[in-house]
Amino acid sequence: MSTAATKSMTLGEGGTALAFAALAALSLIVLAQAHTPEYSFHAFLFLAGSAAAAFWILNRYFERPAALPPLTVDGLPNYNFGPVKFATIAAVFWGIAGFAVGLWAALELAFPALNFDLPWLTFGRIRPLHTSAVIFAFGGNVLIATSFYVVQRTCRARLAGDIAPWFVVVGYNFFIVIAGTGYLLGITQSKEYAEPEWYADLWLTVVWVVYLLVYLGTIKRRTESHIYVANWFYLAFILTIAVLHLGNNAAIPVSLFSPKSYIVWSGVQDAMVQWWYGHNAVGFFLTAGFLAIVYYFVPKRAERPIYSYRLSIIHFWALIFLYIWAGPHHLHYTALPDWAQTLGMTFSIMLWMPSWGGMINGLMTLSGAWDKLRTDPVLRMMVVSIAFYGMATFEGPLMSIKAVNSLSHYTDWTIGHVHSGALGWVGYISFGAIYCLVPWLWNRELYSLKLVNWHFWISSLGIVLYITAMWVSGILQGLMWRAYTQLGFLEYSFIETVEAMHPFYVIRALGGALFLAGALIMVFNLWRTVYPRGAAKPSGRVAPVADAVPVLAR
Amino acid sequence: MAHERDIDALTGTATTGREWDGIRELNTPLPRWWLWLFYLTIIWSIGYWIAYPSWPLVSSSTVGLLNWQSREAIITDMDALKAQRGPMVERLLKSSLAEIAADENLSQFARAQGRPVFLENCAPCHGTGGGGARGYPNLLDDEWLWGGRLEDIALTIRDGIRTPQSKERQGTMPAFGRDGILKRPEIEAVADYTRTLAGIAVESGANLELGKKVYAEACANCHGADGRGKRELGAPNLTDAIWLYGSDRASVIEGLWNGRGGMMPAWAGRLDESTIKALTIYVHTLGGGVR
Repeated sequence: MSTAATKSMTLGEGGTALAFAALAALSLIVLAQAHTPEYSFHAFLFLAGSAAAAFWILNRYFERPAALPPLTVDGLPNYNFGPVKFATIAAVFWGIAGFAVGLWAALELAFPALNFDLPWLTFGRIRPLHTSAVIFAFGGNVLIATSFYVVQRTCRARLAGDIAPWFVVVGYNFFIVIAGTGYLLGITQSKEYAEPEWYADLWLTVVWVVYLLVYLGTIKRRTESHIYVANWFYLAFILTIAVLHLGNNAAIPVSLFSPKSYIVWSGVQDAMVQWWYGHNAVGFFLTAGFLAIVYYFVPKRAERPIYSYRLSIIHFWALIFLYIWAGPHHLHYTALPDWAQTLGMTFSIMLWMPSWGGMINGLMTLSGAWDKLRTDPVLRMMVVSIAFYGMATFEGPLMSIKAVNSLSHYTDWTIGHVHSGALGWVGYISFGAIYCLVPWLWNRELYSLKLVNWHFWISSLGIVLYITAMWVSGILQGLMWRAYTQLGFLEYSFIETVEAMHPFYVIRALGGALFLAGALIMVFNLWRTVYPRGAAKPSGRVAPVADAVPVLAR
Repeated sequence: MAHERDIDALTGTATTGREWDGIRELNTPLPRWWLWLFYLTIIWSIGYWIAYPSWPLVSSSTVGLLNWQSREAIITDMDALKAQRGPMVERLLKSSLAEIAADENLSQFARAQGRPVFLENCAPCHGTGGGGARGYPNLLDDEWLWGGRLEDIALTIRDGIRTPQSKERQGTMPAFGRDGILKRPEIEAVADYTRTLAGIAVESGANLELGKKVYAEACANCHGADGRGKRELGAPNLTDAIWLYGSDRASVIEGLWNGRGGMMPAWAGRLDESTIKALTIYVHTLGGGVR
């Protein structure tokens, strides 16, 4: 590496700065012409964001040395962990925000007066805020952080791109700000889990394509001959989410100056596309992506090999092939043609074992290391997460059976099912990964395992309260809805079923409060890890590294 | 391949010989129970496809050996319900309200039908028990704004109150203050006077003389000289303890100033004839029905 090399701007730097300057100009025009004040607020955010990005890129260019960071140092990969750190912090931040909003939504269901008659605080607006914050903001940042970490470590290669990885993490979080503020201000296209309007969707598309390119570029750079299984799952997640996003959000804006757009699909086709998207967001975002986390962090933490390579191949391809068909089970007993309902149901049943393949591989990886569950609450959290995964992926096929669905559909049972997956599976595997990642990234020892233990037990209690309350309430609700008197009239009115739900809604809110309390303990623990009082204890896992079996934080 | 295939000491299983960042993989065969359950779900699904409509064709789909269709299933279910209710519904339709009320079996059936209808459609305003709320009349007592006989209740349900389609239920309380009909002191005085009609003690400084005079000029037409109201106008009785919007001074003054005229939707067209009859019987038997 020549020190005398003359400094010149890369195509990435110049191009991105120019693109941001152009976006800033466009945002200014939209700001001036916007049809609604909410939309001009978003145009302002785009203007401020793109101007800041262009400035940051130029400033970074003037500050940096002539040569870009080398791919290797002394023959060892020079990992790029800055964007990983950013996404990790963002995940923790959005996690707390998302859990808190969820708790508020739960309280509003139990005590409706808590919306204080403020439009932006109504359930209709904070519910999508909650779901998007936990799925896309918390979950999404966990996935981006872990994928950027795992792909580098398992490929023994520096992350592809210079500006690009930063564009992915910052751009993705900018999308979240646009989406979240949009919900509060009432901007929505009313598609569940895909509420952001056309301009936010376009922005996300750009970010996501760059994410895919960075990921593929890193894999292409790999110095390992084979691609590790976690990377298959991450790639399936990134690629499929791109396809789902484009298909479900195909819309025609009313005008460049209006946030409103019309979806190109209509009627039952729209419903089908929506649930093709919705169910595979569960399948590829919340399942495939987080299985990738299992495949890296569980063997790493347990210091044991993956249980079965063969199982990982078979269950990966079976999962990928079968999941994409399962969406219609969300539309049982609707205008959707019978044949589509049948396919949705049967493919959900066939999905049971492929889903469980991931559970077996995750749990059985601990064979020979079960004793660690006693001493390592982080590993325990991940194992309980896999157990919840197994439970939720059994419950899902069960609920997709039409006879069961006729009882469970539209009831709180669905909410209970979703949250055993969301709190138990996605939440716990994410916490486990974050408890591993933060010490590794900041090269510190975790502040307190005792606090992890507290986090584990408090939030476990919260999850149990939450899902049992929703199971009981859901089944009660379903039975009340279908109860007929001897004379052939409804036994209960809707309003009576709502009254009957009240105690369970209070218990659910309590469960949510405990889950949030546990997460706050985690934040304190991580804070103390990164900013310790007194001298920091290094974890022994420093970048760049070439150690075959790195020392784990204990 | 970078590594020799080796054996994991703890399990005695061969690994694939590969390693990433310290992670190795065992080459354990697929668990048998897992594989067989997977096959079983596939076989079950194929069986289900043969039995039920499943695979799309160009303009239709395979129908399945059971010849089952969700449209026919719902028609069967609805027919069963109709058969169960049918004879009694027929009798409801043929009988007059008085005949229904007189027939114990029929009125019991009508109340069974009316209860969920009331709870689904009426309870949001009138309360699940029919006890009403501020601005929404209590249906349990025998004080009726528009009449509590069976025909009165049926007409109210059909046409609603102060709706465009209602011919008889249009009377409103004028906005005496807002429209400049009365001055502020007159309104305050008549509010005090009205409250004394119901036996409510008023402040000692109240100008009841003026109130009485204003009442006679502005209020007696509808509410009657004695304050007992007129049902045909929907003008409430002011001498009892029942106050739709509250009996406190501020509420009475607010009503005088801005007027009153709550609406109730018309249910004809939304509910069918037998349902309206059943609902009428149900409301009539809530406690306040007038013979």
